[in-house]
Amino acid sequence: MLPVEVTLLKKSYGALKAVDGVSFSVESGEVFALLGPNGAGKTTTIEILEGLRKKDEGTVSVLGLDPWKNGYELHKKIGVIPQEFTFFEKATPKEAVEYYAMLFGVSVDSNKIMKEVILEDSANVLFEDLSGGQKQKVGLALSFVNSPELLFLDEPTTGLDPSARRTIWEVIKLLKSMGKTIILTTHYLDEAEHLADRVAIMNKGHIVAMGTPDEIIAEHGSGERLEIHGSKKLSDYITAKTKLKVNFESKGLISISIGKKHDAFVALEAIEKSGLEWGELHTRHDSLDDIFVKLVRGKIDAHGEISAKNNAANAPTNRGDKTHG
Amino acid sequence: MVNVRRIINDVKFFGRGYLRNRIGLFFGLIFPVILILIFGAVFSGSSGPIKVYIQNQDTGQISTLFMNALENTGTVKLSQVNASENFSHYLSDHSASDGIVIPPNFSLNYVAGNPVGITVYTNPAQSSSAIVSGTVNGVINAFNLQHYGGSPIIGMSQTTVNEKVYKYIDFLIPGLIGFSVLVSPMFSLVEISSEYKKRKLFKQLSLTPITKMEWLASKVIWYIILTVASFLLMVAVGIAAFGAHISLSLWLVPFLILGPMLFASMGMLVGTVAKTPETASVIGNVVTFPMMFLAGTFFPISIMPVYLQSFAHVLPLFYIIDGLNAVMVYSNFVGALIDLVVVGLMTLVVFVTAAKLFKWRED
Repeated sequence: MLPVEVTLLKKSYGALKAVDGVSFSVESGEVFALLGPNGAGKTTTIEILEGLRKKDEGTVSVLGLDPWKNGYELHKKIGVIPQEFTFFEKATPKEAVEYYAMLFGVSVDSNKIMKEVILEDSANVLFEDLSGGQKQKVGLALSFVNSPELLFLDEPTTGLDPSARRTIWEVIKLLKSMGKTIILTTHYLDEAEHLADRVAIMNKGHIVAMGTPDEIIAEHGSGERLEIHGSKKLSDYITAKTKLKVNFESKGLISISIGKKHDAFVALEAIEKSGLEWGELHTRHDSLDDIFVKLVRGKIDAHGEISAKNNAANAPTNRGDKTHG
Repeated sequence: MVNVRRIINDVKFFGRGYLRNRIGLFFGLIFPVILILIFGAVFSGSSGPIKVYIQNQDTGQISTLFMNALENTGTVKLSQVNASENFSHYLSDHSASDGIVIPPNFSLNYVAGNPVGITVYTNPAQSSSAIVSGTVNGVINAFNLQHYGGSPIIGMSQTTVNEKVYKYIDFLIPGLIGFSVLVSPMFSLVEISSEYKKRKLFKQLSLTPITKMEWLASKVIWYIILTVASFLLMVAVGIAAFGAHISLSLWLVPFLILGPMLFASMGMLVGTVAKTPETASVIGNVVTFPMMFLAGTFFPISIMPVYLQSFAHVLPLFYIIDGLNAVMVYSNFVGALIDLVVVGLMTLVVFVTAAKLFKWRED
């Protein structure tokens, strides 16, 4: 039995299909990231797994339990940081941990936990006086007070500055090294790449890609490309003289698809023959970022919103004067 | 099912946070005591004789005797106005409502047995005016009687119910205890339940083993502790500062337990039905303010018009204050029992409804 198994999960709010037939499973000890823009259905999915929301359709098994029906039993075995984690203003981090330990009926070394989440310097500061990153660390500390085998982290670093994000990552990596299974949601690509063993990209209630970052790139990427800085004229020349797939992108970048290694020689030969100016040359693969832009049709900004741009890159390149050369 | 250890620990955790919040502490404990000091000072002390302007247009001896007799009652202090002044202008200029005019030839007419009138200026809106009229009337009657050489036949001595003499403070303390039983648990729970919902703290608590009944019980227990502390403080201040006559009895205990339970649940209910903290606060005020003033907190409801008195009988706080009065002032335990039954039923209904409607998590 896997810690988390989800089949054809659906959840609507009125006419809005927040989660529309999602299936995935998570293996023991793995960090699994749900990556996607705001409104993709990540939080609805994770809250159904936590037993905080009721599903409409599909099957969900978390540690062998139905999260909605057996929520009370399940909550003793899992740890959760809800989105936009807050706590009681007039409690200190140390008191928070001791309060949770008491509720769960476990005894913990609160000083040790404060050290583990790198919060020992602010252990006795009231929650209301903590910074955003420190508050999030309190959430992390609380999520493993009950020594859960499975952790749900819903956007653990949203709204934090880069250095605070990195410290949170360190704590999450520590939790992974303790052998815990972790499901996290994020709209930060770098976070998913940095922390996750496997990623599921979600958009509009669907999982549009899933696997390790390499698997996703191999499946959805457009393979290796040769990139050369040069003019539109050069781009047209290569298009005319070879059978290669050529793309003239904005800012004078020519991108040539390389199916076989030999294609690279063909391209370089054409460039040499053209006698035209050319600059910097390198080969590249699609990054997860490229796949993401392609799959959700837009870039994601710091707040998790999609900003549709860079459509110029897809402009046709074969137009214009073919008599040249 | 209910875990007592969790409840006790949650009371400790919540109480510690509460005590760190100075504003909450002020309104929960200090504010009612300040109210006792203010209202006690305003109403309990004797205000001394009423200052009355008098214009004596008579030149004889009898008017002087009359004025002496007025002063000797101890209820008025006379201030002479020159006979040449326009008296009613004089009163206006001095923002005074009470005045007496003794007409010319008062002494001559009195001795001759001719009818003669004394004019009393009053303001019907002022309670002092009734006292001035009554005093003048009393002295006039004595002078009339004396003229014919008579002596009083009917005498009067004053007494009140019981052997004790009640003072305003004696009624004020149960009223203000009722006030603090209402205000602190009610407003706190309205705020807590709507804020926690907005900040998703309930959702978070639902991820721990504490149940919503345990959580609610813990809040009720905390506000009972707070109410008892506030009760002791108010009684101590009432006795020390104003010498209030209050009987303390075990009969007070159920009121001090059911009261906070009733209003904490009512606050919880308001916070639960309201969608946002803002609407919760509005509904909370609409429910609380009529009780704050019309249930016998600052003044006995017997001074209100009949329709307001009937309205007071639908306010839950009325039965708590009525019961506290019955125990603390009259030692009327049968009356208290009736109030207790009413309060108990209301508490049961409100608590069960609040516990039913209050949700940790959403569908």
